[in-house]
Amino acid sequence: MSKETPLWEVFVRPRNGLSHKHCGSLHAADEVMALQAARDTYTRRGEGLSIWVVPSKSIFASDPDQTAENFDPSVDKVYRHPTFYDIPDEVGHM
Amino acid sequence: MYSQGLIGADGATEETEEFLAAFQARIDREEKIEPNDPMPEGYRKTLVRQIGQHAHSEIVGMLPEGNWITRAPSLRRKAALLAKVQDEGGHGLYLYSAAETLGVTREQMTEELLSGKAKYSSIFNYPTPTWADMGTIGWLVDGAAIMNQIPLCRCSYGPYARAMIRVCKEESFHQRQGYELLISLCNGTKEQKEMAQDSINRWWWPSLMMFGPHDAESSHSEQSMKWKIKRFSNDELRQKFIDATIPQAEYLGLTVPDPDLKWNPEKNNGKGGYDHGEINWDEFWQVVKGHGQMNRDRIKARKKAWNDGEWVRDAALAHAEKRAARKTQQAAE
Repeated sequence: MSKETPLWEVFVRPRNGLSHKHCGSLHAADEVMALQAARDTYTRRGEGLSIWVVPSKSIFASDPDQTAENFDPSVDKVYRHPTFYDIPDEVGHM
Repeated sequence: MYSQGLIGADGATEETEEFLAAFQARIDREEKIEPNDPMPEGYRKTLVRQIGQHAHSEIVGMLPEGNWITRAPSLRRKAALLAKVQDEGGHGLYLYSAAETLGVTREQMTEELLSGKAKYSSIFNYPTPTWADMGTIGWLVDGAAIMNQIPLCRCSYGPYARAMIRVCKEESFHQRQGYELLISLCNGTKEQKEMAQDSINRWWWPSLMMFGPHDAESSHSEQSMKWKIKRFSNDELRQKFIDATIPQAEYLGLTVPDPDLKWNPEKNNGKGGYDHGEINWDEFWQVVKGHGQMNRDRIKARKKAWNDGEWVRDAALAHAEKRAARKTQQAAE
């Protein structure tokens, strides 16, 4: 079997005003072919106006085994949310 | 188009009781499992197998219809068929990507398809001798696929569920264009209507087989249901499909080739449903084991495509390397 063709992650902006969103991956020899393949694979029905392709090997992910130590500390800090603070009704909307 | 449940999957797993219980608890809380999450080896292997089979089915599923693109009777039908076959290719790619998140390469999966190690849906090993088959495949085969794929949108494995959502959105067009094609034939000449009936006579039973063996004979179903890879049993989905399809056949003025089919008001907890005749499981297993009418042709076509495409893949990689080298050189100057 021949060499493996590199893997790319595909991000599509559905319309202007929204950010690019990850929608899948594909194999392509280079960025030119990756963009063409992404158009044919992920935007056959008007799903997007702009495409990013990123080599999958350039993505570094957080470790799922460290999910708790990474993200739990933010759960118990209710004082980071506006509703934690009491503002008298007379003050009106703030 | 669709996977045929799990034929010959190995769900064996060797983790500790605690690990398995913790994993099951996540599943029971309806948490999605994502690529790098810890998961039992049996869960991973089951998914690699199922998603791979599903992807292969999409790719091989392009062949019976691809045949008819150049012979479509009008530009409207040709455009629809072309778009449908292109969708099947796309569906195969979404699914291969989902399987690759589990640590299997595209090349490995392709190799397994070409060597016959990996299966694909038995339905694609039947020939498509008439134009009416393009209608029947859309209506029955894609209809059965949709029935199977909708619950897969809630599969516990995130990437598979997301791929299925995209597939299901696109698949509805496939079924509708097929049914519309059959309506045209049924409103046409006597010969056209006969062609439609003949096509249904050939595809009805193979479509019912797409749901896989009866629950009692489906050895891997129970574990897959527990892991929420599967949400409904083979027989439940088959029943839903029959109940939804018979009125559609009646609208066409066509019949299905089952003399034992009859309405049973007691079925489905009193809501009513159809009793059906016995499925020929010998035929099913023959086809799964490679002895269907088209098994050899299908694999031959895939091998030819893979081998003929080799120089293109190599050239694309060589070109990419050359461009990258030129860029590095320019940067150095």
